[in-house]
Amino acid sequence: MKKRWYDYLWIVELIYMALGFFNILFAWLGMLFFCIPLIISLVWGTKGYCNRYCGRGQLFGLLGGRFGLSRKKDIPSWMKSKAFRYGFLVFFFVMFFQMLWNTYLVFAGVQNLRQAVTLLWTLKLPWHWAYHGTLFHPGVAQFAFGFYSVMLTSTILGLITMVLFKPRSWCVYCPMGTMTQLICKAKSPKGNIVTE
Amino acid sequence: METKTRAKRNAFIDAGACVACGCCVKVCPLGAISVFRGVAARVDASRCVGCGKCAKECPASVIEIREVQV
Repeated sequence: MKKRWYDYLWIVELIYMALGFFNILFAWLGMLFFCIPLIISLVWGTKGYCNRYCGRGQLFGLLGGRFGLSRKKDIPSWMKSKAFRYGFLVFFFVMFFQMLWNTYLVFAGVQNLRQAVTLLWTLKLPWHWAYHGTLFHPGVAQFAFGFYSVMLTSTILGLITMVLFKPRSWCVYCPMGTMTQLICKAKSPKGNIVTE
Repeated sequence: METKTRAKRNAFIDAGACVACGCCVKVCPLGAISVFRGVAARVDASRCVGCGKCAKECPASVIEIREVQV
């Protein structure tokens, strides 16, 4: 099959993850990975982002597929259940708002900037080498640290399930995927009734 | 000469469990699958030859290859 330009977006994902090791402020670019899928689903009512442009999905597909870093086993049924998918979405939201709250506290001057990346919501990794001061308020940097933590954590979870199950297992419980599918369901005239 | 007729096979999607990621669309050599309105994948039965590539690729394993009566 002919490759299109968007089949190479995994390179963008790799560059994004790498940039966070050099200057944490690049983490802000990750807002694109949040906004574009939402805009596509809200405006066109499709999962065009997942289907075509998701660099992360492509990266997992490549590593697990061509590089063979996946057992290619079926994902356990509880992981594809609606309860787990929606539960993970809610959990993700809670963690995201907690991150926004921490950012707010730095903006408000209540809390000092913490130059750490939090892995899997608990492990605090020192990350000071990626921050060299900025013209902006420290809160801008705090958001970058928090946002990069979200991206790195989800990448690691995705890599683990890629190895254990199918390459793109992350897509099953990806909060963005679940959210855009819910938007599409709400926008679809027939609701969630799909006939084969 | 005796001719053997092989039952036609088709991909069937458990639409309720589909996450609409589109992995199946990418691997289908015949362009027989599409993601309908971002809700779930759909198979065009007239184009599907039941090769099973989509079923193998599907991260949620919600595609099944079954024989169909023609």
